[in-house]
Amino acid sequence: MNLVRPIAAPARPAAASLGLVDCDIHPRVRDLSEFRPFLSEAAWHRLITYGIHARHGFAKGYPFPKAAPLACRRDAWPPSGGPPASDLPFLREQLLDRYGIDVGVLNPLQPSGQGDVNDGLSAALARAVNEWQLAHWVDHEPRLRASIVVPYEDGPASAAEIRRWAGDRRFCQVLLMSRTAEPLGRQRYWPIWEAAAEAGLPVGIHAFGYSGHAMTNGGWPSFYIEEVQEHATSAQAQVTSMVVEGVFERFPALRVIMIECGFAWMPTLAWRLDATWKRLKDEVPHLRRAPSEYMREHVFVSTQPIEEPERPQHLLDTMEWIGWERILFASDYPHWDFDDPRLAIPSFIPEEKRAAIYGGNARRLFGF
Amino acid sequence: MARHVVAPVAEIPPGGRKVVEAAGKRIVVFNLGGEFFALLDRCPHQGGPLSSGILCGLTQSDAPGTYRFSRAGEVIRCPWHQWEFDIRTGQSWFDPRRTKVRRFPATVAPGAALLEGPCRAETFPVRVEDSYVVVEA
Amino acid sequence: MTEAAIDCDLHPTVPGVATLLPFMDEYWRHTLVERGIEALESASYPPNAPSTCRADWRGPKGGAPSSVAELRAQVLDRWGTAIGILNPLFPVQLPFSRDMSAALARAVNDWVRAEWLDRDDRLRASILLPNGVEEAVAEIERLAPDRRFVQGLVLCMGEIPLGRREWWPVHAALEKHGLPLGIHAGSAWRHPPTSVGWPSWYVEEYAANALGFQASLASLVTEGVFQKHPGLKVVLIESGVSWLPGFLWRLSKSWKGVRFEVPWVDRPPAEIVRDHVRLTIRPFDAPEDGETVARMLDHLRSDEMLLWATDWPHAHFEGDATLPAGLPTGLLPKIMVDNPRATYARLREGGSA
Repeated sequence: MNLVRPIAAPARPAAASLGLVDCDIHPRVRDLSEFRPFLSEAAWHRLITYGIHARHGFAKGYPFPKAAPLACRRDAWPPSGGPPASDLPFLREQLLDRYGIDVGVLNPLQPSGQGDVNDGLSAALARAVNEWQLAHWVDHEPRLRASIVVPYEDGPASAAEIRRWAGDRRFCQVLLMSRTAEPLGRQRYWPIWEAAAEAGLPVGIHAFGYSGHAMTNGGWPSFYIEEVQEHATSAQAQVTSMVVEGVFERFPALRVIMIECGFAWMPTLAWRLDATWKRLKDEVPHLRRAPSEYMREHVFVSTQPIEEPERPQHLLDTMEWIGWERILFASDYPHWDFDDPRLAIPSFIPEEKRAAIYGGNARRLFGF
Repeated sequence: MARHVVAPVAEIPPGGRKVVEAAGKRIVVFNLGGEFFALLDRCPHQGGPLSSGILCGLTQSDAPGTYRFSRAGEVIRCPWHQWEFDIRTGQSWFDPRRTKVRRFPATVAPGAALLEGPCRAETFPVRVEDSYVVVEA
Repeated sequence: MTEAAIDCDLHPTVPGVATLLPFMDEYWRHTLVERGIEALESASYPPNAPSTCRADWRGPKGGAPSSVAELRAQVLDRWGTAIGILNPLFPVQLPFSRDMSAALARAVNDWVRAEWLDRDDRLRASILLPNGVEEAVAEIERLAPDRRFVQGLVLCMGEIPLGRREWWPVHAALEKHGLPLGIHAGSAWRHPPTSVGWPSWYVEEYAANALGFQASLASLVTEGVFQKHPGLKVVLIESGVSWLPGFLWRLSKSWKGVRFEVPWVDRPPAEIVRDHVRLTIRPFDAPEDGETVARMLDHLRSDEMLLWATDWPHAHFEGDATLPAGLPTGLLPKIMVDNPRATYARLREGGSA
């Protein structure tokens, strides 16, 4: 029998001299019964009878079907069964231990109930998911931190959920999805910003969710590849909204992280907003500074999916224009477009900047 | 380069695959209809294990809205970012000229011939009555 | 100013519906008056917003310029422009009735011909396309014989993304006649300005045009419009430009892994776009320093994509600063002359009715 050495482990990037923080890990329930202990009878009944119902019509399946099962890496399905990232020991082995990750931030996606048409279910599930993150993950693994999942279409209920966990250091941020029913700078979402800023917590805004509007501002496209592309586009609308509505003017302590939305659009959006604002200052006197200044102080980005310019060196320009201190490494484990910590961040980036991206910036932002 | 005996043929049926080691490299051996092909088990993109990917066919098109499917089972799709590689050549589909995964010549040899050497049989016995996959690496 | 400079984006303003009545048939002439349909204005360009019309270009009552005499004084003679391409923004796309949309589009195009093209040899125009696909094809067929029409014009935010097969008869007609598809900033307002709903401020709405261009371009590429119509060129007009390289990085990366969903896209999206797509340079969303502009143009990886335009009378610059700051001077002859001539085949013909 030919004996094969296992894939060499651990594969920690040498440049992670300030630590390795993964800002985007997606834990998943093996099945919904894992939420049962944290839900009332009424909420559980609604969940299993009427189901989670985002602002679209696919009770099962997705408006734009994924390119791989559950949009996951094919090698991330745990040997013990269950979907990818439902098994803590396997997640340790394949991600935390393999790469020598010091801290991993959990961003639970569906079935989280975020953006559900039913506010009550969304609120109940948010609480359940937050309890579940602690009971199943964080309380068993000191390297993990949770995100406060909130029913974001209900501002006051979200603020209440944030305040419930504020001060609990097992939670390191608030989590929203990027496609909301209205642009995130609108007044209805301000209770979220207020509570997060008050608690000293950054707000992670992760690609996905369903706004209930056509998937582009010019109608519904045909293909999944267009949806992948559009996450960068709607992220621009969200940053625009937060800046122009004055969210950062009103909440100077607030910081947001655009997660899994790409980042090459950040500098060009800043330029566009500055040019537009200069011409139309009369409309928005509540903005006392240029949009690019607000972006530079308040908006962070995660690296994954890392941009891959035809001329790789162009990435240096983009990161320089964004600001090296605001770029945070993320793997997106266990999804198919996962970034390997060792190989995704190009080695032509100067070592001290890579150290900042791998861990320095996140440690400072999250206070790890 | 040396010839390495990596597995008995019987262990890799048609449509099957096996991860082996030769010359210190992780290599995945495929059996396409009785022919053997060996590729480095490491995607040139970010190092994903090709052996964990799915075998798929080649999807081409003559016009938008039409899908021409061929060569079922002859393309390995990386389990991570889904880059497609032709198992026979190691070339990526999207950029065959410049993006490829390293290929190693793979042949079948009868046990009798191998026992005469020179081959590296790593840690398993070669029997005269069996056939073996031999990879040059 | 280069002597042969071609301005690829000028906006003749229709003062009101009354202006169009002489160019409409009896039914529409009567019904529009009887129903009190005196005005049609799009929220994409609020008439009094500072950006919609530069203050020194407004008429005595504050209206945007609506005559060829004003165009000559403010642009053509002032800057010595050799050729100007008119892109009417009278919002014929807004009405839900395909018939009204088509009647208005016909009238605008005929008005442009009579009051602008017939009065100044330097002028060319886009065929303003109505909402309905059949009606749009009919309008292309009607006006294509007049060689002064050099492009078909749609908005970057319509009802259905521009690459979808519902639009293909329009692409086919344009390709047949050697006319580029001109996609201009603005919305038909079938959807909110963003995919995440309705913003509060016009600043956001204007910025969101870039998002409409992104969605339109993703659609055109992934739906295979350029495979189906290899002769078709697309011009992105008033898009902002600098968003394009980052957009292409993402689309090309995705394509490598999801290619099998759209197998007719047989080469990297960035290559397809460099071959088929051009962009006018006002606005030019970039800092003014030459070094940053040079880096950004480097990301574009093509000297052939940029087309000079002033976007008159929209306000993007003061005085006579018709070129965005920071553009390398060596590139100007291409931007102002060669690229427009290469993009608009009919410009090379000398122009006649």
